[in-house]
Amino acid sequence: MQMTPTSHQPWQPQGTVYGTLLNFRREWALWSPRMTQAPHKAAPKAPVLYVKTANTFCPAGHALLLQDGVSEVDIGATLGLLMGEDGQVAGAVLLNDWSVPHDSYYRPPVKFRCRDGFLALPQQPTSGQVADWAALQIEVRRNGDVVQTVQLSELMRNLPALLADVAEFMTLQPGDVLMVGTDCLPDGTRPRAKAGDRVEISAPGFVPVITHLKGQA
Amino acid sequence: MKHARIAWSGAIQQAVESDGQLLITHGPHKGQRVSFDDVIWLPPLAPVPQARTVIALGLNYADHAKELAFKAPEEPLAFMKGEASLIGHKALTKRPPEVAYMHYECELAVVIGRKARRVKKADAYDYIEGYTVANDYAIRDYLENWYRPNLRVKNRDTCTPIGPWLVDAADILNPMALKLQTTVNGKVTQSGSTVDMIFDVPTLIEYFSSFMTLNPGDLILTGTPDGIVDCQPGDVIVTEIEGIGQLTNTITL
Repeated sequence: MQMTPTSHQPWQPQGTVYGTLLNFRREWALWSPRMTQAPHKAAPKAPVLYVKTANTFCPAGHALLLQDGVSEVDIGATLGLLMGEDGQVAGAVLLNDWSVPHDSYYRPPVKFRCRDGFLALPQQPTSGQVADWAALQIEVRRNGDVVQTVQLSELMRNLPALLADVAEFMTLQPGDVLMVGTDCLPDGTRPRAKAGDRVEISAPGFVPVITHLKGQA
Repeated sequence: MKHARIAWSGAIQQAVESDGQLLITHGPHKGQRVSFDDVIWLPPLAPVPQARTVIALGLNYADHAKELAFKAPEEPLAFMKGEASLIGHKALTKRPPEVAYMHYECELAVVIGRKARRVKKADAYDYIEGYTVANDYAIRDYLENWYRPNLRVKNRDTCTPIGPWLVDAADILNPMALKLQTTVNGKVTQSGSTVDMIFDVPTLIEYFSSFMTLNPGDLILTGTPDGIVDCQPGDVIVTEIEGIGQLTNTITL
């Protein structure tokens, strides 16, 4: 697998990008009292995943255009595990997994998560193995101010457990990316951004993801 | 024209259907005829530069929505699949040993031919390259009410046979009036018509392209009608759509 671009082209995923819902303890705890109620009726057993389709890929240096009636988005700072050969993790990337704020997790989130440009990418990935990132701390800055600090030590399924539980039902292919989840703030919401904002996701050892948000002219 | 992608003579070949045989159309074996039984059938989709978007519809036939005890949705109920779940015609699909209910879903699959964004219904057919048959298996034991249908039900290895043919859009005069049928070991268990879709193909293209770009080679699996039954190891499932093809699949442990 190609870890570093051969030219100055910014990195893009070669395969399918999967996201993981409800993988932080805080959001799980906030949801817990409602998990057994309708329409959910039970807490999720398997990892709850979604796909970020290729139209969402927004290479480094490109702005996010808010359009089609969307004026505000949730910031989704996460780590994406980059799959190599033989089901092994070959590296990782910081990502901004944008979504349209949505309160219901009952139906698949296609129109909330699969809009054009809704996955902000770094210039290049970082090599390594999952043990390197067990206690990674990711910082989210909006217009220079820290608005969230995400601790991977707070995952419900840590990285090896998530990989194992996903592999139970689907084989990640070389080039696929598995995003480990996004955390919420103490009140259950996520930090938001709107046109004019500059959002930066950073963590030690990783190339940051920087996005300028624009509105429709 | 009916197009196929096959493995034959140690390599992947492009072919078309010709008088009940496969006629290889490119490369050193161009012009060679081979029999249907002498090849490995691959999904009839040309490789794409980035991950192929695979959109699938739930509850898109009124009778199937009723069968599953839901009211018809007011907007398309869509979920996304990974390309790795796709396998070709005459392949084996794995059934986990512990499950009680695994069923096929015969679906008209639309292959996008041109980049599509903010396409109006009236123009939607211009963006279609062709059609094929998909069997979008589901294992109901794994259903959970979180982003339902969840990926453990719908994005399993080997659980999306597709093919055998990609049929040119120009050859299908009215894709919204095609008979669908599924047989299990030769017995008809599902029959319907694409005329009964809640959201027809032009409506779906308008809907998805209103908020996302569809690229050439992307797929829309348009849902399945009434008539789903459990499939056991050894069962031979044939999903068929009039004018498009008969897709054969065998269940294995």
